[in-house]
Amino acid sequence: MSGNWLYSEKVKEHFKNPKNILDDEDKYDSDGRGEVGSISCGDQMLVVIKVKDNKIADCQWKTYGCASAIASTSIMSEMVVGMTLKEAYRLNPDDIVRQLGGLPDHKVHCSILGDRALRAAIEDYYRRNGLESEIEPEEAKVVCSCMNVTDKDIENFVKAGGKDLEELQKKTTLGTVCGNCIKEAKELLHGYKHLYG
Amino acid sequence: MSEKIVYLDYNATTPIHPEVKKTIIENFDIFGNPSSLHTSGRIAMEKINEARSSVAKLINADSEEIIFTAGASESNNTVLKYVVCQPQSDCGEACRACAGRNEIITSAIEHPSIISTMDFIKGQGGKPVVLGVKPNGKIDLDLLEKNITHKTALISIIMANNEIGVIEDIKTIASIAKKHGVLVHTDAVSAAGRIKIDVKDLNVDYLSLSGHKIYAPKGIGILYVKKDSPYCPFIHGGHQEAGRRAGTLNNLGIIAMGKAAELALSEMETESKRIKALRDKLRDGIVKTIPDISVNGDQGDILPNTLNVSFMGAEGETILLYLDMEGIAVSTGSACSSDSLEPSHVLLALGLSPELAHGSIRFSLGRDNTESDIDYVLEKLPSIIAKIRKMSTAYRSKK
Repeated sequence: MSGNWLYSEKVKEHFKNPKNILDDEDKYDSDGRGEVGSISCGDQMLVVIKVKDNKIADCQWKTYGCASAIASTSIMSEMVVGMTLKEAYRLNPDDIVRQLGGLPDHKVHCSILGDRALRAAIEDYYRRNGLESEIEPEEAKVVCSCMNVTDKDIENFVKAGGKDLEELQKKTTLGTVCGNCIKEAKELLHGYKHLYG
Repeated sequence: MSEKIVYLDYNATTPIHPEVKKTIIENFDIFGNPSSLHTSGRIAMEKINEARSSVAKLINADSEEIIFTAGASESNNTVLKYVVCQPQSDCGEACRACAGRNEIITSAIEHPSIISTMDFIKGQGGKPVVLGVKPNGKIDLDLLEKNITHKTALISIIMANNEIGVIEDIKTIASIAKKHGVLVHTDAVSAAGRIKIDVKDLNVDYLSLSGHKIYAPKGIGILYVKKDSPYCPFIHGGHQEAGRRAGTLNNLGIIAMGKAAELALSEMETESKRIKALRDKLRDGIVKTIPDISVNGDQGDILPNTLNVSFMGAEGETILLYLDMEGIAVSTGSACSSDSLEPSHVLLALGLSPELAHGSIRFSLGRDNTESDIDYVLEKLPSIIAKIRKMSTAYRSKK
């Protein structure tokens, strides 16, 4: 019995046999630790790393999350080993999704969780080692080019307790001219609500 | 993927009963428009009438009280939207809203076809009153009566909830409503074929049923309208269904529905008993072998086929997909199974934490399930939950 699975074969493989799961945190001597998301939103991610010679030597993780979160973090934990901290720090969720052979549209936001937790773990490493100067403020990307509203604006809106698109539009005027960005804005809103909701 | 298939999602939909399938094939050439006066029309109408009578028997109604619809969502919409309808000119119908009654009381655990329609009627001059439920999923009858005002037009309460299976006391609800001159509707979709339904005993004005939950095909439903209870059509057009629902009749759907209703009535007692034993075995097995779970909803007043369990520290979509890899089909109240971020509104209404709601799985059994299916689930499930919990950030503190 096959039936088309919701996800790609690659997602299925990593979902079935997730790699690098953190067994017992107490026994793992991490150089950096990052935890994002919340259980009440349905997903939470913990990523721990070991660093050697400025490169990621090991990456392990745990999650309370769906198949996309599990598969994307599993593949990410393989991808980042051997990367320099800088390379890993700049890893893009799109790269992870590409490696997975794509995710259904409404599931893409789940894949950013692993990436966010990794960033947090690297930043934790920088802080522990007095390298705060390496921490980059995330670059804002313009979402609504008519009204010049960025992803940062949407993130801040959610952080301040904002919830729906209508409210966001009232506050930022996003998507009130050509409306081309509405789909992307909705996805971002969805994703940030997962992280901060 | 697994070779073995264990379907435990009968509350989502049912396969077509072999006898229903046979009936559909036998009647495949009944193409006549039942409204036509010639022979082929009359042959079709005869079949429709037989089906109507079978459906009526299932709920102890009279044939004339049965309206065929395209499904229970249409039936539910018809009742709720009619009640607050405010026609511009006198259409001859005794609308409740025209008589100053524009409030509808319903519960927080209704099907989306009630909840969304309630949201819609807000913009139509209607006032929805949504009651919370007790932690066991039952309606608080005192709270219900307290919420009735001189403006209450209708009370609409689900007979048995599709997610948790809890059965509401519709008879008492109707008697409370009648004291205050309020109309009563019940969505009996999940109850049909599983527990006895007697509209005369219940004394409801309207009742919705769906074909595909009782082993008939999709796209056919029923609206029961009690004789003399006020009514206005939702779909206007030809005078089918005595002017109560326009549209050429769905011959095959209706004939199939009639057969399914007949079988539901004749098989209910033995099947419900058999299925309840399997469900109890599944529940007891899960309780015995898997720690940190919550069995959701009142287990005394519950459909014989439904079991809703939350697994702490395990996310529902993940459980569902690991079970699917073993050929086991279930549902989840997790938000990740939907486009929204909200987990099941029903489980939240019971007061479950979002974590438990996200980690909920509904097992709903049906006529094809056997004891070996349950053994198979009980063999696979514990290791799946253990595997998920091992990688869970939410379970580490409970070692």
